[in-house]
Amino acid sequence: MISKEEVKHIAKLARLGLSEKEIEKMREELSKILDYIEKLKEVDVSKVEPTSHSIKVENVMRADESLKSKVQNSKLVEMAPDTKDGFVKVKSILGR
Amino acid sequence: MKLTDLTISQAHEGLKKKEFSALELCRAYLDKIKEKNREIFAFLTVNEELALSQAKKIDNSISGGKKISVLTGIPVAIKDNMLVEGVKCTAASKMLEHFIDPYDATVVKKLKDEDCVILGKTNLDEFAMGSSTENSAFGPTRNPHDLTRVPGGTSGGSAAAVAADMAVYALGSDTGGSVRQPASFCGVVGLKPTYGAVSRYGLIAFASSLDQIGPITKTVEDCKTVFDAISGKDELDSTSVESKIRNSKFEIRNLKLGVPKEYFVKGLDPEIEKLVKAAIKKYEEMGAKIEEVSLPHAEYALPAYYIINPSEASANLARYDGIKYGFSVQEGKDLMDVYLKTKGEGFGEEVRRRIMLGTYSLSAGYYEAYYLRAQKVRTLVKNDFDKVFEKVDALLGPVSPVLPFKIGERIADPLSMYLVDVYTVSINLVGLPALSLPCGKVGKLPVGLQIIGKPFEENKILDIGKTFEETWTS
Repeated sequence: MISKEEVKHIAKLARLGLSEKEIEKMREELSKILDYIEKLKEVDVSKVEPTSHSIKVENVMRADESLKSKVQNSKLVEMAPDTKDGFVKVKSILGR
Repeated sequence: MKLTDLTISQAHEGLKKKEFSALELCRAYLDKIKEKNREIFAFLTVNEELALSQAKKIDNSISGGKKISVLTGIPVAIKDNMLVEGVKCTAASKMLEHFIDPYDATVVKKLKDEDCVILGKTNLDEFAMGSSTENSAFGPTRNPHDLTRVPGGTSGGSAAAVAADMAVYALGSDTGGSVRQPASFCGVVGLKPTYGAVSRYGLIAFASSLDQIGPITKTVEDCKTVFDAISGKDELDSTSVESKIRNSKFEIRNLKLGVPKEYFVKGLDPEIEKLVKAAIKKYEEMGAKIEEVSLPHAEYALPAYYIINPSEASANLARYDGIKYGFSVQEGKDLMDVYLKTKGEGFGEEVRRRIMLGTYSLSAGYYEAYYLRAQKVRTLVKNDFDKVFEKVDALLGPVSPVLPFKIGERIADPLSMYLVDVYTVSINLVGLPALSLPCGKVGKLPVGLQIIGKPFEENKILDIGKTFEETWTS
């Protein structure tokens, strides 16, 4: 069973704001799912390579040249909730 | 025959022979949507004006003598996780409730090149996470065959739209069964193509090594038409590959079809088993050689999937941070507050669960025990399929172990919802193509047959499906 502290730690890593009530509910649900996933421990994988991509593909390269964006930059910047002088604006990161 | 009963090929014939106009065809579907969407809720957005103006334009070019392609003027519904320029794309999430697409997804562009008529955007589980379309932030879609039941998910809106004659065909996306299972639940045809056969550019990323876009149609023939139109290599998706079109010509008496014994075990509804076995029998009667095969790691595909899928999802969904676009909570003293509040309030329960599960599986100390182990099990699942495909041309089995269930029946217990995906997720882990097509009904509830093929053998499984469909409809 996953602990309440672990849930809090994971939520912080994921930048997910959860209330105390939600943390408890999440703990119960995650524990149940992780118990089910324990099943994977039955499999001997000691000599098995991992697969991250199912269909073999080669790396795709292109010339190192800047391409003109198909979408106007200003159109993308305008989608941000807060902008200033054509830049995306964010709240302070340091110095609480 | 009513305009809203037509298949793609029938509607195309009608347009070509000028039996009706593209505008009349479009109006018939918009009327049907007005009549039925209130109770079924397949569409989140209907683009009435855009669709009508598109249809008018097509009529003009037809009367001007322009030659039309088979998809020209045919009304289509698009799952609301694929971008259509200038139209809202919500992914059924509060996070993107007001998001207007700045560009077209490649599949949408390809359909527009054929002069399709886009009716609107269909409902789904939030960010395509779920198996019933109940996880939509805007309310559940209902199964047209029984309004008290789910249409399956996550492309439940697309499947219900086609089943209820609100669109001639639709696009869905399939990460663990999200095209095939709703097609099965709604009694329509759905194809999950080989990984890389269709460009994912402009599909809202969920689990990038598993996601594929596929058609949902009324017939296997239509399914092939749409697949041909949307597939192919795209420079905007580096995992897309040129379809190595393989000649699918075969004689049914030379066909070897495998039946995985692990797919007919406890947990499979006996009524479904009966219908799927009857379908297999039919192939045998037609002359195909049926062989029982074994996929020894079949039972480990689902737990491996529920590590890999949330892991990739947690990475992909990190972008919804309240900074660049979409829902944002700007109150608070610093950037951390913006992140916490935006994600905490913008995402629904299942999305939060997957982000947590994925972050956990990828975090220091757990990566090897969970994520890496799951990727190794994935190799074993792949080896199983490689081995059986040395002996047989395709595999037959059920799509879902259960019939369309009641709305609310599983939603409170996430694990019970995950277990519904037992026959579909392994296909995504391995990247294979698979078709779901109707093989009968239990009462009024449809049941689907799944035909699984070798990589890039979509044409073959479609043709195998067609032979069955012909006996079924005749």
